[in-house]
Amino acid sequence: MTALQVIWFFLVGVLFVGYAILDGFDLGVGFWHLRAKGDDERRAMLNAVGPVWDGNEVWLLTAGGALFGAFPAVYASVFSGFYLALMLVLLVLMARAISFEFRSQVDSIGWRSAWDVIFSVSSTVAIVLFGVALGNILRGIPLDAAGNYTGSFFGLLNPFALMTGVLGLAMLAFHGALYVVIKGSGDLEERARGWVGPAGYVYLALFLIAVVVTVTTQRHLLDNYRAFPLLLAIPVAVLSFISGALFLHRNGESGRAFLCSSLSIAAIWAQVGAGLFPTMVPALGNPELSLTLSNAASGELTLKVMLVIALLGVPLVIGYTAWVYWTFKGKVDVGHEGAHY
Amino acid sequence: MDPVLLARAQFAFTISFHFIFPPLTIGVGWIIFYFMNRYRRTGDPAYAVQARFWTKLFAISFVVGVATGMTMEFQSGTNWAEFARFVGPMAGAPLAAEGLLAFFLESTFVGVLLFGWGRVSDRTLWLASLLVAVGATLSGFMIIVVNSWMQTPAGFAIDPVTGRAVLTDVWGAVFNPSTLPRFLHTIDGAIITGSFFVMGISAWYLCKGRFQDFARRSLRVALMFAVVAAVLQIQLGHYHGHQVWKTQPVKMAAFEGLFETERNPTLMVFGIIDPEERKVHFPIGIPHFMSIFLDLNPDTVIQGLNEFPEEDWPPLPLIFYPFHLMTLLGFYFAGIALLGAFLLWRGLLFYSRWFLTILYLSIPLPFIANELGWVAAEVGRQPWVVFGVETMRTARVASPSVSAGEILASLLMFAIVYALMFALWLFLLGKAIGKGPEPVGGQPPSGAEVTG
Repeated sequence: MTALQVIWFFLVGVLFVGYAILDGFDLGVGFWHLRAKGDDERRAMLNAVGPVWDGNEVWLLTAGGALFGAFPAVYASVFSGFYLALMLVLLVLMARAISFEFRSQVDSIGWRSAWDVIFSVSSTVAIVLFGVALGNILRGIPLDAAGNYTGSFFGLLNPFALMTGVLGLAMLAFHGALYVVIKGSGDLEERARGWVGPAGYVYLALFLIAVVVTVTTQRHLLDNYRAFPLLLAIPVAVLSFISGALFLHRNGESGRAFLCSSLSIAAIWAQVGAGLFPTMVPALGNPELSLTLSNAASGELTLKVMLVIALLGVPLVIGYTAWVYWTFKGKVDVGHEGAHY
Repeated sequence: MDPVLLARAQFAFTISFHFIFPPLTIGVGWIIFYFMNRYRRTGDPAYAVQARFWTKLFAISFVVGVATGMTMEFQSGTNWAEFARFVGPMAGAPLAAEGLLAFFLESTFVGVLLFGWGRVSDRTLWLASLLVAVGATLSGFMIIVVNSWMQTPAGFAIDPVTGRAVLTDVWGAVFNPSTLPRFLHTIDGAIITGSFFVMGISAWYLCKGRFQDFARRSLRVALMFAVVAAVLQIQLGHYHGHQVWKTQPVKMAAFEGLFETERNPTLMVFGIIDPEERKVHFPIGIPHFMSIFLDLNPDTVIQGLNEFPEEDWPPLPLIFYPFHLMTLLGFYFAGIALLGAFLLWRGLLFYSRWFLTILYLSIPLPFIANELGWVAAEVGRQPWVVFGVETMRTARVASPSVSAGEILASLLMFAIVYALMFALWLFLLGKAIGKGPEPVGGQPPSGAEVTG
């Protein structure tokens, strides 16, 4: 295991965290979309994420590209192993992308309602699929000596993975509801305030259940925590961020509550990374065959070149992304000239 | 059914569908930037009307490109796991760079360009339009780096233990022998696509007598783009052809349907290729010209297909016809663009109904030329996925864990979803074109009074 491999384990994680926080809130908005009433409220939901959703999704493409480059064996095994599940992911991500742009193009109730349903269902299914996929990685998947997946599609639908899928849904429903509170006004804002509480408590409860289930059934994820008890601060941080977000929301501080829910997502990813390291994909039933940092990584020169690209690119991306969020800050106004959807 | 064949069919279908959109958005992206630039220089709102109208059509197309682009990134892993394991160390870095340096730029500033009117300054909108065009072009560059490396791999070694590629020379891999010619050729094709799209829609408005001032202005600008790009393409196509001959002689022989090695053979224009009899029937061509064309030297000997073992031949008809049709279309584009420029010079362009009709009927042709060129290039790389690397024969690199049934299911899904998306895209484009340009900041679009 080399320093560059460890750096890239961390950086791929950073890219997935970026994706989960940023596309996370617009996926969460999609989950609630059908609960918004009337064309104006739904347009407000879409325009609230309109200028940024596409940039948010690039975090996923970049994370995928980085995984491909830095750990080709992981990319190849996981993507081919989860074949049908990923085809479903593609289907819903495509449907979701075009529903943003196409919905507003025709002024008819039937047309718009159809795209509303597509947008909401595809966002929800995407979240659950991502959660199920991550749950399977944590649990481990059956691999052969060449690193190829030997299980079936239905093998992916095990109780542990379904649990993480539902946890993911609660997490992003909470995150997305907070975003609507920030961006929405009038009735929509009130409605979204009603969504935050239930989603937050379900998120908190499911997280606790997931911790208990992991400790009792996924013992391979506990090694690092045993060796470095300090890491136990991570789950504690998750709990405090979720509770903090709920508390701040009650006090009407939606912005800070949203920041807290973002941090809770980052902390959950930290927990995932701390549980797996230095394994990337545990092989179910046969730890010898697991994909690890050292057997999955590209050569040092590739990792070095990619590091240079990341050091150039990531600050730049964060810089202009922050500028765009700043530019489009404040409540969304569907009567505004710039309301493209 | 053969899973490799199904995986190839799926890749071919999904990428040729995806490839409808990026050339259009790259080409139209630069035209939008031109209008934003004029708007910033002159302050004339007519230019803002232009930019916003073309941005609307851009947005409808861009989103389909984004949606179908995700498939492409997933597919190397889902369907070609053995290839992905081998090529990750080479392709991963440009793909990550595509995300971090190009696609973020494009996607973020598309948001600004669509939602920024009335919120950010005109200067910022101008900058956004520039960054969208630059991002799209840079994105194309990174993808072409990867593709070119598969055609003319360089700057790598093969790890004797794992059998995977190891990067040894960064710039050698990035600027492998076919990167630059392929990039210039493809981007120029994108400009032709965008300019013919804008010209065709403008010509349609003129034929219908709608938005006359608007249409004249956009037609004039797009024609300027078309003249430069289409004439330049003849040179760039030649440059690319020269490189293919140097680096993939078997592919050039297949392009030309040249079986016997010859000194200065006939440069083929068209014919009927017969791989069984190893000849081209009814050949039409320029005798004693190929060596001059490829090498500026009549004494150069050009290798024929017979020099190579038949199992290393790409499927000939699938390359020969697309290549020649693409070339003929390229000359057609240059001819049309020059004719348009002549008519404009004589003051006849806006009144020559026959020519305007040709222009709007020609909208699909550059798209077809792009697809044909892509087919010739990629099928020409067969039977390898990474040209000339023995372990990277296409038949050996598919995902072992994916069954034929699974690929059939996904192929069916793509067929249905893409057909629907294509129909919706055409429908919404037609609707937006029918509606026409909209006023900006209370200014009626010029020529709106003649709407009828």
